[in-house]
Amino acid sequence: MAFAPCIGLEVHVELDTESKMFCQCRNEFGAAPNSRCCPVCLGLPGSLPVPNRKAVEYVIRTGLALDCQVAERCRFARKNYFYPDLPKNFQISQYDEPLTYGGHFHLQVNGQQKRIRIRRAHLEEDTGKNIHLPDGRSLVDYNRCGIPLMEIVTEPDFSSPEECRVYLTELRAILRYIEVSTANMEEGVMRAEPTVNLIDSDTGEATPMVEIKNLNSIKSVYEAVKYEIQRHWRCLESGEEMYQETRLWDEQNSLTATMRRKESADDYMYFPEPDLVPLVPEHEWIEEIRASLPELPSALRQRLVERYELPEYGAEVITADRDTAVYYEQIVEAGADPKAASNWLMGDVMGYLNEQSLEIADLKVAPEQLAELLALIESNTISGKIAKDVFVKMAETGQSAQEVVKAEGLQQISDESELGRLVDEAIAKNPKAVEDFKSGKERALGAMVGYIMGQTRGQANPQLVNQMLREKLGQM
Amino acid sequence: MTAHEVTEQIAAGQLSAQEATEACLSRIEAVEGQVNSFVTVTPQHAREQAAQADQKIAAGEASNTLTGVAIGIKEVMCTEGLPSTCSSKMLESFVPPYDATVVECSRDALLPMVGKTNMDEFAMGSSTENSAFQVTRNPWNLDCVPGGSSGGSAAAVAAGEAFVALGSDTGGSIRQPAALCGIVGLKPTYGRVSRYGLIAYASSLDQIGPLTKDVTDCALVMNLISGHDPLDATSAEVPVPDYTQHLTGSVDGLKAGVPVQLLGEGIDPQVRDCVQAAIDQLQDMGLECEEVQMPHIDYSLPVYYIIAPAECSSNLARFDGVRYGYRTPTETDDINELFSHTRAEGFGPEVRLRIMLGTYTLSAGYYDAYYLKALKVRTLIKRDFDQAFAKYDVLLSPTSPTVAFKIGERADDPLAMKLADICTIPVNLAGIPAISIPCGFVEGLPVGLQIMAGPFAEEKILQVAYAYEQANNWHKQRPAL
Repeated sequence: MAFAPCIGLEVHVELDTESKMFCQCRNEFGAAPNSRCCPVCLGLPGSLPVPNRKAVEYVIRTGLALDCQVAERCRFARKNYFYPDLPKNFQISQYDEPLTYGGHFHLQVNGQQKRIRIRRAHLEEDTGKNIHLPDGRSLVDYNRCGIPLMEIVTEPDFSSPEECRVYLTELRAILRYIEVSTANMEEGVMRAEPTVNLIDSDTGEATPMVEIKNLNSIKSVYEAVKYEIQRHWRCLESGEEMYQETRLWDEQNSLTATMRRKESADDYMYFPEPDLVPLVPEHEWIEEIRASLPELPSALRQRLVERYELPEYGAEVITADRDTAVYYEQIVEAGADPKAASNWLMGDVMGYLNEQSLEIADLKVAPEQLAELLALIESNTISGKIAKDVFVKMAETGQSAQEVVKAEGLQQISDESELGRLVDEAIAKNPKAVEDFKSGKERALGAMVGYIMGQTRGQANPQLVNQMLREKLGQM
Repeated sequence: MTAHEVTEQIAAGQLSAQEATEACLSRIEAVEGQVNSFVTVTPQHAREQAAQADQKIAAGEASNTLTGVAIGIKEVMCTEGLPSTCSSKMLESFVPPYDATVVECSRDALLPMVGKTNMDEFAMGSSTENSAFQVTRNPWNLDCVPGGSSGGSAAAVAAGEAFVALGSDTGGSIRQPAALCGIVGLKPTYGRVSRYGLIAYASSLDQIGPLTKDVTDCALVMNLISGHDPLDATSAEVPVPDYTQHLTGSVDGLKAGVPVQLLGEGIDPQVRDCVQAAIDQLQDMGLECEEVQMPHIDYSLPVYYIIAPAECSSNLARFDGVRYGYRTPTETDDINELFSHTRAEGFGPEVRLRIMLGTYTLSAGYYDAYYLKALKVRTLIKRDFDQAFAKYDVLLSPTSPTVAFKIGERADDPLAMKLADICTIPVNLAGIPAISIPCGFVEGLPVGLQIMAGPFAEEKILQVAYAYEQANNWHKQRPAL
């Protein structure tokens, strides 16, 4: 048997526009239930949709970033089905005429390139949210209803959970780079639904296609796909019956379970939306959008590796987010050593941001200020250890490195007469350590260095202290 | 009195908006028991607006020629704070929180609204008998229907309960009742008048328009409601002329086509004679008339009964008992049962029939054979009209194949009922404008002449209609009510 996994990904992304897809309600997360609604997004009788040009632009941006064609003319279509979170009982979507189509995407997995075909990226409206109360009642919040939603569908070109993980990570980065969405999976801004089955490429034989829902992180997509592939293998071996179905990922128990079987294909009775005229994106507009696209993460990553000799891993971390990448380049442009800058960025800076739950855009330390801090280390004005405290102080107050060092009196002490006095004192106060050192125990020196560091609150120049101690002890 | 007579008298200081409005309200008081034009009469609202109109007029700040002229508005248009039921049990309790754009135009210009007019439920029908609430009667003969679906608006104007009214036309719903009630009704070009706030039946065919006593009033209402609306993506950004400027009384230099397909089989011979006489008269007045073949028009009815129900099945899906309107009293934990009980109980039989038809033709496996094919034939019908208008300024035909029929007469003959629209439906499929004006009587019941023109050529229609009207007295006849 030559069965192999065959995985496709359908990704929904809420677009980060000011207003909703077909009305002027604000597009925002977390408002009081049903406070961001109007007759149009509530589908009240007589209301009519008017498309949001920005949302159309965002889908074109995404399509272009994924090497898609942009349709010269396309239509919205109605997808008809009854559900309480859908106030018109149809969703305005796109069917046989998507806005962008036929793109592709290059994956880098384990050093291997792989080409994933993008079938389409189209535009539709999001639905409301049903909330089921413990007493059996159900409530509906329509705030999300009508938020512009982009659907990006790949061909079933993935063959491992790892490829899915890399694709989603990269797609998320792209969506953030081109500033069309926060693409946050945990908040449901980006939602991924894999379809999984095993296909024998020799015989064409295949296991029934399964769609997985309820995945709210890239990690859960990875785990669910992995689980599902294994389940298919198990069923193939044991001969257990399989069905074409939708399965839900159970995060807690790390398994998928049947949600509903598909006896026949769903019939959504699609037809062209008669309340909207066809979309005809002007050629100049598309070219304007194309010209405004920023450098995409893969290109930027390659450039960082080549220009600054960063390791692949470092470049990946720094380019995961565009602001971080821009920040990095600004530190280097301000004169910092590329290697030191990446170490600091990935270490202390990201550590601090994580701890404080901040974005790099919120950081009070400007890239030039961080470069100045690095220069102070370089020039031995402060030690690397002190610099960590200085950075936190800078981030808290917005002061420059110089200001913090001055205000706190943190300059490194390299004055030899001052250090000479301290060396004498250390030797006088640590007779046991002196004796041990003389009898050959190198490590005893540490006690004396530690004493001096303690006395100077860490500000003594450690190399100089070491050197002077050795000289003095050697003379004794 | 016509609307322009009211405005002339108001301008001359012989009449106030309040007096004119009171006249309509007393007329309603007197005849509404027989005619049943209105689902809701709104005297208080009308009086407030009339008082405001008089203030504006006195201050010389009237924003429109029609300020102070009482209007009736069809139940299918949303009126903020006032019931907008579509004459359906489904929306009996529905009070919209907003005005339709045309209602806003009317409100801003201070046309006192005397009431919301009766209609076939969700505008589906040709007799107004499909209203869930009441049967409207024809002012010319109370045993007859007023036509539909804008039967309430037509009857109200014919009976003098309002000076003008607004209706909606998906397959003839303005023109056919106008013809049957002996008044003027215009369906504008698709996109000429905003559909925002018009409760949709078939979105690609629906259009709002005026029902008035004469052509001048029609032009005045068109001036009020036409134009681009940013809230309706299908409304056109085509400049609006002053339609009254085209009421010249002359038809010199204009050419008319008479589609043979609309004057043949299925047209009552007496109606045909009336219409032929009108065509002959127009020819005598200088309108160059000749017969024209439009072969695809014959497919209009089947095309319409695929496209309209398909759009309707989707448009009316929102009425499910979850958010507003009727909800079944049946207790159930199953959401699908809530939907099906609510919809089975809330909609009348004609609406249910069309929803089922539309759901069927849109289903997988049938879509190509029905809906897609209907769209293709619709394109052919449009092409017939394009070709005709390349040659002619207007096309002439009867509006309705018969005069008003008896209430209940066609209740058991749905096909005969649907044939009432054979002359009007092609116009909606082509998206072009057309008017119905009175052109005679058959056994005491009015006959309508339909005048069609190319897209956004309403002024040509009004020009020909006005010339004909001025050469005749049909529009001055009033029912003896």
